[in-house]
Amino acid sequence: MAGVAAFDEMGREGEPARALYRKVARWLEETPAELLASRRAQAEYMFRRIGITFGVYGDKDAAERLIPFDIVPRLISRAEWRKLEAGLTQRVKALNMFLTDVYGARRILNESIIPPELILRNPFYRPEMIGRRAPHDIWAHIAGIDIVRVDDESFYVLEDNARTPSGVSYMLENREVTMRLLPDLFARHSVAPVDDYPDELLACLRSVAPRQDRSEATIVVLTPGLYNSAYYEHSFLADKLGVELVEGRDLFVEDDQVFMRTTLGPRRVDVIYRRVDDDFLDPLVFNPQSVLGVPGLIGAYLAGNVTIANAVGTGVADDKAIYSYVPDLIRFYLSEEPLLKNVPTYRCREPDGLKYVLERLDQLVVKEVNGSGGYGMLVGPHATQAQREQFAAKIKADPANYIAQPTLALSTCPASFDKGVAPRHVDLRPFVLSGADSVRIVPGGLTRVALKEGSLVVNSSQGGGTKDTWIVDDIEDED
Amino acid sequence: MRIRISHETTHRYAPPARMLIQNLRLTPHGFDSQYLLFWRVALDIDSAIKTSEDAHGNVVSTFSHHGAPIERLTVTARGEVETSDSAGVIRGTAERLPTDMYLRDSPLAHVNGALRAFAIESAGGAQDPLDALHRLMAELHRVMSFDPYQTDDPDSAAEAFALRRGRARDFANIFIACARALGAPARFVTGYRAFEEPDGEAGAHAWAEAHVPRLGWVAFDPTVCICADPGYVRVVVGFDARDASFASAAHGMSDDTIESVIRVEQARFQTQS
Repeated sequence: MAGVAAFDEMGREGEPARALYRKVARWLEETPAELLASRRAQAEYMFRRIGITFGVYGDKDAAERLIPFDIVPRLISRAEWRKLEAGLTQRVKALNMFLTDVYGARRILNESIIPPELILRNPFYRPEMIGRRAPHDIWAHIAGIDIVRVDDESFYVLEDNARTPSGVSYMLENREVTMRLLPDLFARHSVAPVDDYPDELLACLRSVAPRQDRSEATIVVLTPGLYNSAYYEHSFLADKLGVELVEGRDLFVEDDQVFMRTTLGPRRVDVIYRRVDDDFLDPLVFNPQSVLGVPGLIGAYLAGNVTIANAVGTGVADDKAIYSYVPDLIRFYLSEEPLLKNVPTYRCREPDGLKYVLERLDQLVVKEVNGSGGYGMLVGPHATQAQREQFAAKIKADPANYIAQPTLALSTCPASFDKGVAPRHVDLRPFVLSGADSVRIVPGGLTRVALKEGSLVVNSSQGGGTKDTWIVDDIEDED
Repeated sequence: MRIRISHETTHRYAPPARMLIQNLRLTPHGFDSQYLLFWRVALDIDSAIKTSEDAHGNVVSTFSHHGAPIERLTVTARGEVETSDSAGVIRGTAERLPTDMYLRDSPLAHVNGALRAFAIESAGGAQDPLDALHRLMAELHRVMSFDPYQTDDPDSAAEAFALRRGRARDFANIFIACARALGAPARFVTGYRAFEEPDGEAGAHAWAEAHVPRLGWVAFDPTVCICADPGYVRVVVGFDARDASFASAAHGMSDDTIESVIRVEQARFQTQS
């Protein structure tokens, strides 16, 4: 947090730039301020023209807002990426195995790796899926894993997103804009391409289609509609995939088969890439008030006639309460040591954890297991003694409800502003595609940047922006 | 007791519905104290019924219709069961979910502060879980008044408890919320109730089941303040009234006016069938 010296990915001011960033550093040095300013203006103009926007709930004046884009690319070396890639593959594999297990034999509970109540009472553990298997045992077809780095060596997973992760449209658009904006800088690096993401996604979705002839499979993107904050991305992806963008009312179910209404009559649907939450998928099974879903969809799904991606019930794998167990899941299901680190998490449900946390409340962030949106949270270093004492009493009253983590110093990257170039904190969300045949990861991801000075909050709803992420070859000519 | 049931539901759609889909939970399972003699679910439209099981293991009959507009639809469930006395203990059911899942919070049986306080006070520190649940049932029956024609239409346990009156479903939701607060897995039951003597009250009914160590599931009816006797025909179970309903349906944009005729009678004096 504030006051902690963060690792800068380019190198701190006054120090020579890290080898990876040498060309970016030189470019920032040599480019006149006016030129950078005009590039920033051009970038904004391009994003407005593309129409890539982000809806902010409860803000009528800014119903559709542009997410700020920072023109300075964020670089990760090929060698670093290879390590990340292996770690991501391992992690998502374990999450899928975990889902197969919790909805199946529940070995993980029977062998006391995870306390049963964390699963059984978890609202995202869907009773409808118990005793069922997802096609090919793939549940989280599309996962977005949030990663931060704290030094030259260490990457940490901050959060797993295994429901309907968004942001991939920014990864693709940021690259297009950057290539047009900074062709020279781009040409001076050997940057791994990201533009085959739609093809990879299509291949992934095809691979899990229930039909024998998978090339014939009809795939659709299911959106909650125009008023969803990620609607732009839904229509963008449907367009890039070359498939229909549908809302619930465009689909219907007859005899456990899903059909899409088209001008040429009903057409059978095989795979639904849904961007609608579980609760709203089928009013006959979930929320009866929902008008976003398709009545009968779950029946068709359980009959094996349609594949839903991501599967129903994946929320139990990316829950805050489960996060701290992911390294254990990797060891349990794969008999491997985790390649990516978890932020150390102390569970107050365990006596040792409780003792540790109570002794170090001034250094830790304490979170309620089932809390969300910062509710019921203590940021130790920023709290007063009285607040800490009050919180300690709450923890002691119900230890199982609390976890604690150290405050992390997220790395920074240079960002370009009117007043010059300054370091800002960043994270990274790569997208992991799991199909019946293989795991695919496009080299790159969405880098989010906290544009406010000193801020660690990268969320777009709170003043965060994005950057293009370059995975670059390590050995570069010194031109 | 041998019980004959006829449950007829007539839907009138305005404008006539071009698409219909329903999940019917109108078929009971048999278990140790409930034996199915026969059971049949039928429609008066030309549509195939598929049978499956839902998360709780309830029998689900699904049908769908697309095309020619339908103005009127009648769903009929008819059957006969033979029940025996088990002092409310339910044995021999096929359980799909781990028992402890019935401890989880559910939308209509959510425990608020008032319900939690009431549960603890009602149990009065009883050490034996069965004893605590009996006390809860008695206290709930005492403080709530039964109002089958409840017009305020409270949805959740908390709302009904605040009013201190409700229908059988409200009594059951409240009992479930409180039982879970006391640490007992609990669930909602929808079914029918018959009486020894011909009685106007026979018909559809709702009650609760709570899981007691060593005994298993026990059926409590807080509306009447008894454990289920042979007059109870158990059809659907769920976390609360929301997922333990007889049917969930979708009918496009049409309005649906529903009329139900339920006959539940003792089949002892049957002449011929």
